[in-house]
Amino acid sequence: MTITKNTVKKISKLSRIATNEKFEKNMIKDLNSILKFIEQLNEVKTDNVEPLASTVDQELIKREDKVSLMNKKKDILSNSPADNENFYVVPKVIE
Amino acid sequence: MSEIYNLTLCQIIEKIKSKEISCEEVTKSFVNRAGKSKKLNCYIEDTFDQALKKSKDQDNKFESDKKLFGAPIAVKDLFCTKGVQTTASSKMLEGFKPEYESTVTSKIWNEGANLLGKLNCDEYAMGSSNETSHFGNVINPYKNDKDLVPGGSSGGSASAVAACLTSATVGTDTGGSIRQPASFTGTVGLKPTYGRCSRWGIVAFASSLDQAGPMTKDVKDSALLLEVIAGHDDKDSTSAQNKVEPFSQKLKKDIKGLKIGIPKEYKIDGISKEILNLWEKGVEVVKSLGCDVKEISLPHTRYALPTYYIIAPAEASSNLARYDGVRYGFRAEGKDLIEMYENTRSLGFGDEVKRRILIGTYVLSSGYYDAYYLKAQRVRRLIKNDFDEAFKKIDTILTPTTPSSAFAIGENIDDPIAMYLNDVLTVPANLAGLPAISIPAGYDQNNLPLGLQLIGKPFDEHTVLNNAFAIEQSINFKSNFKDWWM
Amino acid sequence: MSEKQFDYYLKGEKGEYEVVIGLEVHAQVLSKSKLFSPSETKFGSEPNSQVSLVDAAMPGMLPVINKFCIEQAVKTGLGLNAQINSFSKFDRKNYFYADLPQGYQISQFKYPIVGEGKVILDMPYGTKEVGIERLHLEQDAGKSMHDQDPNNSYVDLNRSGIALMEIVSKPDLRSPSQVGEYIKKLRSIMRYLNTCDGNMEQGSLRADVNVSVRKKGSKEFGTRCEIKNVNSIKFMQQAIEYEARRQIDVIEDGKNIDQETRLFDTKKQETRSMRSKEDAHDYRYFPDPDLLPLQLEEGYIENLKKDLPELPDQKKQRLISDFKLSSYEASVIISDQAVSSYYEEVAKNSDYKLAATWLMGELFATLNKEGKEISESPVSAKNLAQMINLIKDGTISGKIAKTVFEEMVKHDGDPSKIVEEKGLKQTSDPNEIENTIDKILSSNQDKVQQYKSGKEKLFGFFVGQVMKEMKGKGNPRMINDILKNKLK
Repeated sequence: MTITKNTVKKISKLSRIATNEKFEKNMIKDLNSILKFIEQLNEVKTDNVEPLASTVDQELIKREDKVSLMNKKKDILSNSPADNENFYVVPKVIE
Repeated sequence: MSEIYNLTLCQIIEKIKSKEISCEEVTKSFVNRAGKSKKLNCYIEDTFDQALKKSKDQDNKFESDKKLFGAPIAVKDLFCTKGVQTTASSKMLEGFKPEYESTVTSKIWNEGANLLGKLNCDEYAMGSSNETSHFGNVINPYKNDKDLVPGGSSGGSASAVAACLTSATVGTDTGGSIRQPASFTGTVGLKPTYGRCSRWGIVAFASSLDQAGPMTKDVKDSALLLEVIAGHDDKDSTSAQNKVEPFSQKLKKDIKGLKIGIPKEYKIDGISKEILNLWEKGVEVVKSLGCDVKEISLPHTRYALPTYYIIAPAEASSNLARYDGVRYGFRAEGKDLIEMYENTRSLGFGDEVKRRILIGTYVLSSGYYDAYYLKAQRVRRLIKNDFDEAFKKIDTILTPTTPSSAFAIGENIDDPIAMYLNDVLTVPANLAGLPAISIPAGYDQNNLPLGLQLIGKPFDEHTVLNNAFAIEQSINFKSNFKDWWM
Repeated sequence: MSEKQFDYYLKGEKGEYEVVIGLEVHAQVLSKSKLFSPSETKFGSEPNSQVSLVDAAMPGMLPVINKFCIEQAVKTGLGLNAQINSFSKFDRKNYFYADLPQGYQISQFKYPIVGEGKVILDMPYGTKEVGIERLHLEQDAGKSMHDQDPNNSYVDLNRSGIALMEIVSKPDLRSPSQVGEYIKKLRSIMRYLNTCDGNMEQGSLRADVNVSVRKKGSKEFGTRCEIKNVNSIKFMQQAIEYEARRQIDVIEDGKNIDQETRLFDTKKQETRSMRSKEDAHDYRYFPDPDLLPLQLEEGYIENLKKDLPELPDQKKQRLISDFKLSSYEASVIISDQAVSSYYEEVAKNSDYKLAATWLMGELFATLNKEGKEISESPVSAKNLAQMINLIKDGTISGKIAKTVFEEMVKHDGDPSKIVEEKGLKQTSDPNEIENTIDKILSSNQDKVQQYKSGKEKLFGFFVGQVMKEMKGKGNPRMINDILKNKLK
């Protein structure tokens, strides 16, 4: 595969990262060299190999249905860039 | 007598407990030295005043049952520390003060250590030279004609331990971030088995690979710190339920009969002659200790790094989505929500982080998922199978930690792939979830330290530590930089 | 029984069209705490007061799954006659939104906890089977509000992380009324199981509606549009009607339907394209590396199956066989678990036929008028049963019972006492009745003659007059008998 300017634009959009000409130019170069590097995997035969997502070999830990951390309002909002009456405030969402 | 800061963690605690030195004296010793070592840029934030105050209190209220009593410890700035700025070395989190403490650091403070400050690292732990930090490069106490990188991502931690600016520290290792900087700075870095230490409260990079571990002056310190930070945590669903042994007490240097594998595939292209010599020296040492050395094969070794550079960015692209300027951290202006997101993330993240987010987004995106991400997971299985097979016949694996010694600042910064190659020997242990340690084993011709790596079976840190301890005792490495920065 | 035929076909200029509908229902799991965090799940609390560090996606926070939510999903699956998957996985669905703190939703994409099942609907034209494709667990998002401020949106994360069950139907539904019945049936099953309160006003049950149309008789599916997040049955039905009509118009214009996400505007009662959702969503699902696969043991599933309460379909069969109810009566009564419990209590203690008549007649009318649920009924099951017994043993007539019932509605009184106090007791004294009849007959000699010469319809007139004279308290059966005798 090759990463084009359109690819960079598309994945930047998906990642919510603003771009400009210079950024796009640099990324086309860097990402293509990374892509070439990772495409070495095409040499490996992986038919019938199960994907491995985690090396942990145990059961999923489950918790009881109990309420704790009752009201962390202060903790939750203490680092917020903008809030009002306990709401987070963000620039208008356009639907 | 030698300065307190030159002592190992275990020596310091022993001297405190025998009342040979006071907690306050110890803290002062590190605070003074760290204060005079700003040039190395190890600390992003210090908590010297609180540490001094706490050490004074400790002298008045002696708790001799605590394993780290009175030890001043600075930690990588990836660990969330309650009320103390935690940045992951990113502009994105500048000024962020968590209202919580990570499990690993909580365990350290519960054993009587005091927070000395937060140590520089690569931004979101993405890097192998500590050059991607928003807060500037960290400098290696070892130098030649130029200033050298300390490695990364736990570069601030490695330099701080080597230069005696903290008694010990904890770092995180996703692809070599503890072991590679340890190797570059002549210190000991241990990446435990995946799941050994809780990831709760550690800024996530790649969740299936991230693991916290000790960075120390010697193997005994490493064993002690591991036994403090390891253990199951209900708050981390991937945390292991395996029993934690008293590693430091069980440490022994008699490793006669231990079966050690030498993987032939680790003699990669471009590895320096000196590294190969060091490796051979390591083999001679373990042979002389009565170990049974065997050549083994880990056929998929060369695919570990490409696999890693699919899986780690994929997970990172998702893990870093929460940095959106809404609830905490940096926010840039924008006329609507989407523009605010895009500006925030464009200005808040550095280039390497953005590169990895983009490549991660790409390999997960529709049409490419199978070809890249799923393929990488399949190869990851093959890599793990290689190790499983090998460990049927051997107890540990001995390799070099890095393909080269520390390099000059700026040397690899424009070539991502050249930078990534630093982790070629460390990444396989992360992909397979295995414990691995780097110990200093000698110097190259420029008088720069080189490390050897030992990889063990899952949850067999005990054997890895014994093996490392025996080599350490036999080689008797001594740090030899001068305090040129003071 | 199926005298009616299914007939929901829409006429276009070029023929008749069939509407094909599939639903993705989002049902909030009834649990004390959230799916992956220990925060409360109460509705209507102060903004951001039920938000843990995990729900706000603080750096380094990790999800730990709620055991009970798993149980609730499995129980619901069993209630839908579905395959329970002993192996399932959690995936991340990646997208950015102000009320999605992690930047991804933890959901189940490839391996859901529940697989295929089915639901049976009672339609006027017989039963209709609707296939269930799957049920999976996922996190709810928070809430964004856009009306407080001209330049900003406000975000409340109280709902963020609450467990949802997404129940995906097969495209088996064919009309708005089937959709209504389907939602009601799902809601009733989940309420019986106590896995979801089904409260649509509070958003505990909402659905994405997939609509397509095709020529009647065609086997191919048309291109579908997804109408997002509709939160009442009425709106779903309106949206489907509008959307199907819109699609027919597009097709008849010779154009193609765009597969897209649409929004139902409840004020204009029309659907419109959601432009913001259009810019190529790519959710980049992948297994959540913070969680491990969920494995369920056979014994665990078996135990839950054993402890399952009686479900609507089973209960309906039982009501039909135990209480001789008609299929229609039974399906009305079982549609709500509280109603069916009420009914059973009345029926067991009185007369099951009269119980059904009074419940579905007077009581439903009263509840409707007062806008109350059965749980708030002004007449308790015990008192209604007593009242029915008073009818049965002849103490009061059915007609008087209505008066008694009205009194009971006012202050859930004891019916015997009401009868006593208001003097509503039925007269069954044959002498008194006979005297009254004689009186009426003698003052209506002309009508008696007419009756005897064949105008038998006048019988009702005499009964009415006697009843009136007796102020409605005469025993109707006795009046009938004695009158018949006298008029022979």
